[in-house]
Amino acid sequence: MADGNTITARGIPAAIAPPRAGTLQRLARRRSTLAFLMTLPLLAVIGGLVVYPFFYAIELSMLNKRMTRFVGLDNYVFLLGRETFQLVIFQSVLFAVSAVIAKALIGFVLAHVLHTLPARGQRKWRGMLLVPWVIPPAISTLAWWWLFDPSYSAFNWLLAGIGAAPVPWLGDPGWARFAVILVNTWYGAPFFMIMYLAALKSVPDQLYEAAAIDGASAWQKLRYVTLPMMRNIISITVLFSLIVTFANFDIVRVLTNGGPQDRTHLFGTYAFQVGIQSGDIPLGAAVSLFMFPLLAIFAIFILRGVSRRTKEGL
Amino acid sequence: MEGSRITRRGALLGGAALAAGTTLAAPYVHGQTTGGRLAVGLWDHWVPAGNDAMRAIVNEWAQRNRVDVQLDFITSVGNKLLLTIAAEAQARRGHDILAFSTWLIQDHHRLLEPVDDVMGRLSQKYGKVNPASEYLGKVNGRWHGVPATSGSQYKGSEARIDLFKQHVGLDVQAMYPAETRLGPEAENWNWDTFLTAADKCNKAGYPFALPAGTFSDATDWIGALFACYGAHLVDERGNVTVRNNDKVRQVMEYAVRLFEHIPSEMFAADDATNNRALISGRSALIFNPPSAWAVAKRDAPQVAEQIWHFPSPKGPVAHYVPHLPFFWGIWNFSRAKSAAKDLLEYMSQREQVARMVDASVGYDIPPFESLTDLDTWATVEPPKGTVFNYPVKPHHNATPGIAYAPAPPEIAAQMYAQGIQAKMIARMVQNREPLERTLAWAEREIEGFRRG
Repeated sequence: MADGNTITARGIPAAIAPPRAGTLQRLARRRSTLAFLMTLPLLAVIGGLVVYPFFYAIELSMLNKRMTRFVGLDNYVFLLGRETFQLVIFQSVLFAVSAVIAKALIGFVLAHVLHTLPARGQRKWRGMLLVPWVIPPAISTLAWWWLFDPSYSAFNWLLAGIGAAPVPWLGDPGWARFAVILVNTWYGAPFFMIMYLAALKSVPDQLYEAAAIDGASAWQKLRYVTLPMMRNIISITVLFSLIVTFANFDIVRVLTNGGPQDRTHLFGTYAFQVGIQSGDIPLGAAVSLFMFPLLAIFAIFILRGVSRRTKEGL
Repeated sequence: MEGSRITRRGALLGGAALAAGTTLAAPYVHGQTTGGRLAVGLWDHWVPAGNDAMRAIVNEWAQRNRVDVQLDFITSVGNKLLLTIAAEAQARRGHDILAFSTWLIQDHHRLLEPVDDVMGRLSQKYGKVNPASEYLGKVNGRWHGVPATSGSQYKGSEARIDLFKQHVGLDVQAMYPAETRLGPEAENWNWDTFLTAADKCNKAGYPFALPAGTFSDATDWIGALFACYGAHLVDERGNVTVRNNDKVRQVMEYAVRLFEHIPSEMFAADDATNNRALISGRSALIFNPPSAWAVAKRDAPQVAEQIWHFPSPKGPVAHYVPHLPFFWGIWNFSRAKSAAKDLLEYMSQREQVARMVDASVGYDIPPFESLTDLDTWATVEPPKGTVFNYPVKPHHNATPGIAYAPAPPEIAAQMYAQGIQAKMIARMVQNREPLERTLAWAEREIEGFRRG
């Protein structure tokens, strides 16, 4: 029988040799086991709140309206034939792509401006510029709603002050789309700013010095030094933001409720209207799952670029 | 330090004590036991006194029947009530009794205990239930929810006495006096008169605040307008009747003319926009329960003194007034069905109804026409009698209606949630789409709602 007290390692006296651990103990001492155990609560949360609902949503989306019969992909086919849903797909893409581009551009400019500020002043500005991102979006959107209010818009009050005609911010389909994109950009740009600022700080100064010695202009430094060094962080940030923006709910819900004439509905808000408010949960689940293949396509393209550049860098 | 060490056993004991303490602190209305337990989720009333009155009523019943009642008031703000109902329906557990708004009895009737026995006794005592409540509360001839007084509302005219006199030349108090008779002008209170009034008030700078989005205030008054013209988009059998329907064409043409006098911002209005317009003195008329008047009484008393409530206009075919009933339903997975039925029957008695109406300053509407004679509506002021004609009374010769009826409720509920009629108007007014294209769009949309 293997007895820890009597079996010793070669050359070590039995009295001082450590007792040999059993399989379970050895397993418990392994760092990977410990790491797994420590991530177990997180895995349980993800399993319970992400994986299970995801598969449950797939199951729901394949049932009939009364949830009594399996209908396969009928709900998806039905949705694709609907004019309103085609509008929702277009709007979701328009909303996400234009908001992410705007956020990326504003974040990029802000990050550069901040980067050039002295360290003391930078901290203050950084804190202030992050404010939109730390306010819960439902609350900040409510404030925006007051600014756009159909009857008492603060913006229109200002416009009236200079003799301009009032703008139907939320009543006209075009302006309403602009309003929801604007609010999303306002909310999300600080995230891009902080990510880009971190990336800028990691670019070695020597590269700029070398470029300066070579006589590079400011534009050339940006084009041939900064951008290549930031490419991966830009890609990851854009992907992350696309996912979050596609899945947006609160801004549209508070600001326009999908109107006017469904012209600001996104997947999330339309799924809520169809699934919960109209009592068709399977169809609502199908609407929300439409996001998945679209985001998968974006993710594949973006992550493939990141992976290629990482390999080139090795 | 020895004293500050937390042992595993100590932590477990502490946790157990905390759990026990939390359980014991659960918010029971009453605790005399022996009669069982009942979990009740009611609508959180806009009027704070409404909850107090309801709590007192439930408490009395609980004392009398020695039942432990856990009473929750669930707000409809942010769709909390809607989400609670959806979650409990999925989980097959939760409250025994829940408040169900407009279409939710139809949505969840398979999980709701039939209450024909309760409704039978109540109908015997108080007569017929109004048609909108019957349409929404009955499935295949069986009641699946008890029409509730608390939260049920009409959305008739809520208009300025002074502005109508000055700009329209119409005395709304004389037209609908605070008595059980109609004034001489009531016969002419139709949608054509309304159009003229809308034009005059708009020119005077007090446009009617008529929302035309997808919120319920918009859906309800537009639904009543369509019904007054007999313009049903879907018939009782579920046939789509949009095209080749002269009545639909007629009402659409009327709506386009009406919206020439309504601010374009109303296409983005929510359920509060119209209230604010009236309270701020910028509008001469809205379609609403007296909640706007109640806020004006507090914040703008000079406006409240000039507000009068009366039915919405009649149409060439019928006179429908928008009605939005609430229901109380019992889940069929409840273990206290008989106690739940007993409580609902108690809450629906005349004495209890009178208390709810009084606490809500006349806002709440009982489902029985015979209960529309309560004193509260005659005494509320200012001005005295302002809400006398808020409930639809027999002498009004009007019918409480819900938008999209008489379509089969499973189709109507979807049309209602998606505000099809308002979108039809928006397409013609905002996009200037031809009528034919608008009707074709509506037909395609509605066809999609027929899937089973």
